[in-house]
Amino acid sequence: MREIKIREIKDTVRELFLEANFDIGPHLMNRLMAAKEMETSETGKAVLQMIIDNNKIAASEEIAICQDTGLAVLFLEIGQEVCITGGEIREAINEGVKEAYEKGYLRKSVVDDPLFERKNTRTNTPAIIYTDIVPGDKIRVLVTPKGFGSENMSALGMLNVAAGRKGVIDFVVNTVIKAGPNPCPPTIIGVGIGGTADMAMVLAKKATIRDIGEPNHNEMYAELEREILDRINNSGIGPAGLGGNVTSLAVHINYYPTHIAGMPVAVNICCHASRHAEAVI
Amino acid sequence: MSNNTKLVQTPLDDKTIRNLRAGDTVSITGYIYTGRDAAHKRLFDLIEKGIELPFDVKNQIIYYVGPAPAKPGYACGSAGPTTSYRMDPYTPALLDHGLKGMIGKGLRSDSVIDSMKKNGAVYFAAIGGAAALIARSIKKSEIITYEDLGAEAIHRYYVEQFPAIVVIDSEGNDLYKTEPIKYSK
Repeated sequence: MREIKIREIKDTVRELFLEANFDIGPHLMNRLMAAKEMETSETGKAVLQMIIDNNKIAASEEIAICQDTGLAVLFLEIGQEVCITGGEIREAINEGVKEAYEKGYLRKSVVDDPLFERKNTRTNTPAIIYTDIVPGDKIRVLVTPKGFGSENMSALGMLNVAAGRKGVIDFVVNTVIKAGPNPCPPTIIGVGIGGTADMAMVLAKKATIRDIGEPNHNEMYAELEREILDRINNSGIGPAGLGGNVTSLAVHINYYPTHIAGMPVAVNICCHASRHAEAVI
Repeated sequence: MSNNTKLVQTPLDDKTIRNLRAGDTVSITGYIYTGRDAAHKRLFDLIEKGIELPFDVKNQIIYYVGPAPAKPGYACGSAGPTTSYRMDPYTPALLDHGLKGMIGKGLRSDSVIDSMKKNGAVYFAAIGGAAALIARSIKKSEIITYEDLGAEAIHRYYVEQFPAIVVIDSEGNDLYKTEPIKYSK
């Protein structure tokens, strides 16, 4: 067993949320610059330049890329040989989130009761925490502050198996077209296929934070990603929804075995400010 | 977007509004007010009850934003637009009270567009996610009411050369409907 102190987890969570909210990172910046070259609409080009300028300002001044600094979403892969000591892990994660949002002048966007009182918790907690038990003696922490302009455009389809490949394409493309300008295009489209209804959506969420443009390892799915991206970019929605040929920067699909009777397809949309950071403890 | 930018001064007057066309890039200077979901619900409830609003919306612009907190030395934290459709149920009542401009992002309902035509109002889009850049045009920020709502409190901003695009003009022309068609294949 390897001992990991709870304080180290808290500090890591804090630093990752600060990093993610300030610095979009080189992968996405390069993709945005390539998108600007591809874009044929003058307005679209101007929008992409504003986004690029914005991201540079945020990184150099250490201020939030977007005022919607999101719900704090975490994916933890915990090695089964790890022994966590000194406190309770969920408490430590929430404490790390609270410290980041306070220290970084990040907006607190969480309401306690979703339906009735909707009172702001003023700490941006509780976080949304997913855990996986994996082999090894380390903890991998992946964080993604998720804005809700794009989250609100998510969709789940419990497709008929007979709908097949075409059914998946149509469902994803229609979801993106229906969202139009709302999720702050150019977007990154996370797609989860298979599992159960709930799992498909988690697969989709995790797909949004894959390194941008990295294709699925399975060539059939990689081809599907390319085809869906082409269809989306042929919609004409464009940057900020003001017309153009760059509506999405990437389509990422994750898949998992499912039931003989079903084909869940989940779409989780992420705005161009696809913020994520990770560390291994 | 700097070519042919129209300068817009607040408060808005009818002549300025009539001259603004969907597709115009604009640069807004003057005082504007902030308001999003929770604040809109409160304003709407006051209108329903016939109670006077905490500020006069006549000829004003409301910016749909919940800013990040300001770092020391900054007038305002990052402050990009939030998605506008969530304000749609409350918007016609505010337009009937004299509100003339809205800044946000994303689609508006038919009833909002009808009310904009009836009342002669304009909808501007700011670029979603360009929040750190936009914040540079906000020179002063003060909370005028609903402080308990935190980031959702109603602020009054003094803005200089706030960058935006006219998406829906007072005749109901809607860039979100007209532009994508030109680029669709």
